[in-house]
Amino acid sequence: MLSSLSAHMPVLQVIVLLIAAPLCALFGNRHLAWTIAFIAALAAFVISTFLLGSVLDGSVISYHLGGWAPPWGIEYRIDAANAFVLFIVSLIGVLVLPYARQSIEREFEASTHTYFYTCYLLCLTGLLGVAATGDAFNVFVFLEISSLATYALVAFGAKRDKRALTAAYNYLIMGTIGATFFVIGIGFLYMVTGTLNMADLAVRLAEVGDTRVTRVAFVFILVGMGLKLAMFPLHLWLPNAYSYAPSAITAFLAATATKVALYVLLRFTFTVFQFDFPVQELTFEYVVMPLALVAMFAASIAAVFQKDVKRLLAYSSVAQVGYMLLGVALLTEAGLTAGIIHLFNHAVTKGALFLAVGCFVYQIGSSRLGDLKGIGKTMPWTTAALTAGGLSLIGVPLTVGFISKWYLIQASLETGSLWIAGLIVASSLIAVVYVWRIVEVAYLEPAPEGRKAKEAPLSMILPTYALVAASLYFGINSELTSSAASQAAKALYSATDLAVPPMQLTPSDPPSEGAVQ
Amino acid sequence: MDHHFILRVVAKMLMPPIMLYALYVQFHGDFGPGGGFQAGVIFAVAFILYGLVFGLDSLRRVVPPAIVRAGIALGTLLYAGTGIYSFFKGKNYLDYSALADADNPVAGQHLGILLVEAGVGLTVASVMIAVFVAFAARAPEIKDTDW
Repeated sequence: MLSSLSAHMPVLQVIVLLIAAPLCALFGNRHLAWTIAFIAALAAFVISTFLLGSVLDGSVISYHLGGWAPPWGIEYRIDAANAFVLFIVSLIGVLVLPYARQSIEREFEASTHTYFYTCYLLCLTGLLGVAATGDAFNVFVFLEISSLATYALVAFGAKRDKRALTAAYNYLIMGTIGATFFVIGIGFLYMVTGTLNMADLAVRLAEVGDTRVTRVAFVFILVGMGLKLAMFPLHLWLPNAYSYAPSAITAFLAATATKVALYVLLRFTFTVFQFDFPVQELTFEYVVMPLALVAMFAASIAAVFQKDVKRLLAYSSVAQVGYMLLGVALLTEAGLTAGIIHLFNHAVTKGALFLAVGCFVYQIGSSRLGDLKGIGKTMPWTTAALTAGGLSLIGVPLTVGFISKWYLIQASLETGSLWIAGLIVASSLIAVVYVWRIVEVAYLEPAPEGRKAKEAPLSMILPTYALVAASLYFGINSELTSSAASQAAKALYSATDLAVPPMQLTPSDPPSEGAVQ
Repeated sequence: MDHHFILRVVAKMLMPPIMLYALYVQFHGDFGPGGGFQAGVIFAVAFILYGLVFGLDSLRRVVPPAIVRAGIALGTLLYAGTGIYSFFKGKNYLDYSALADADNPVAGQHLGILLVEAGVGLTVASVMIAVFVAFAARAPEIKDTDW
């Protein structure tokens, strides 16, 4: 039984959650719903670990949905790049759930908790689906599943702060525009090639070459994904959505949603448009890289002036996306590796930070800096976690942030641009300022009279510390992340290398004759 | 609405043809334009018309909120369950050929698309009704349990 199921791992990764979501809604009991959600998320995590383990050697798993062979049918194609993303997303997905159970108790009424878990699972389904699939249109479908669930999840924050509704609405408009741009880009690609399978697209686009249609398609996809991943001038939805969403959702989104969108951009850039395509290189060199550099500074400076810790960290996320894009925009394998390493490291760091802030919100009902005076004495564990995460954000040695910046600086020096390395260091100094603002308020200011706050419950502290521990562990032992990331970078470049035939895990019998009808 | 006699009679007369047409679109989807999505919307229109003419309370009596919610979930489960069934027949996810005998895969494909479209239709119809009620019932503040 198990061996036959293992052949279906790529699709199980997604549908375990897809089936669990309606079950949650059907049973209507929030404790049962949580149990279902947790079991499903755990199963997804186990599957992603298995998948990562089996593709790290450079092999590729291909799964044909409905037995239809690609490029006609939908193919799920797992290589080192998306297995790594699947692993991060499902890791965060399973860690946030125990936290969410406690934290949403004080955020909205119990009768809506089942729907919260349903939306959460649908969001996770969508994100994992985007990463798992090898079909360009399927990416759009899963992107919409995750986005629609995300809008609802952000709106759940309305019980605490009504502004969550406008934030969710804003996100809905921007996200839909992004998805539309993306699907128009796919439409152009379909128009010139007649195929939607990514590997097949890459081969056929190389034949079509650098035409106006492919240029337009690339730009549409870049802008669409830029909106989804909060590339600098397109990030306007992010600060509000992150500030007003329920705490658990902020942590979940910050660690997963933008990362998956970045993965899609990488997949299209390096796999689909991998032929000699000057427009792409010029766009990355003269548009994406300057914007990434501006993001590193502008968003960091904006973060310094925020009065709310959640908002501060949200702006910092925009800046961190800048680092990832910077690595990618170097257009070298080292730069891509650095970008992917930072994708993982930032997911872990920001996840830990937002979970810690959620503990404050749970105990004192606010994340405003003014309300956090002297909180270091009353909630020492949470504040310590926040500080550790902040150190990683700055890039202090022995944290994952250091590893990211190390690889980034190395990659930029490799291309001979000393000034980029200098800018990376300089923008890290701004991170020192905004992290120090939190630390100063939490530890050095006297606590106001009569505040009755105690340490957050264990079920919230443990997931926070799991991520803090991960951010320290991978900061000391970067072997796993760097080898996985460089494998992923290689996989993105060679995904259409037909010399490496995909490993068939599908049942051996070919699609039956009648099925072709 | 009590004094709109003609409206009420016409609405009642229209409902069966609407539902019938929905079923036609649903089952003709195999051979022509149509399918679960369109059929679900048309099917829900019958209920929405009823709700518009006779009021939300009557609509809630006809389709209680719990039923609508269950419909949304069950449709999705029917779709996904069809896919899962092929696992246990040793085929790939959503390989409908697994639904019939090995020597007659076409029958399996027919049955598979029928089941999947039924799931789509159920979910879409339920969602349409749910959306209508959620908007129409938006008085001062909506609670999810009593919409």
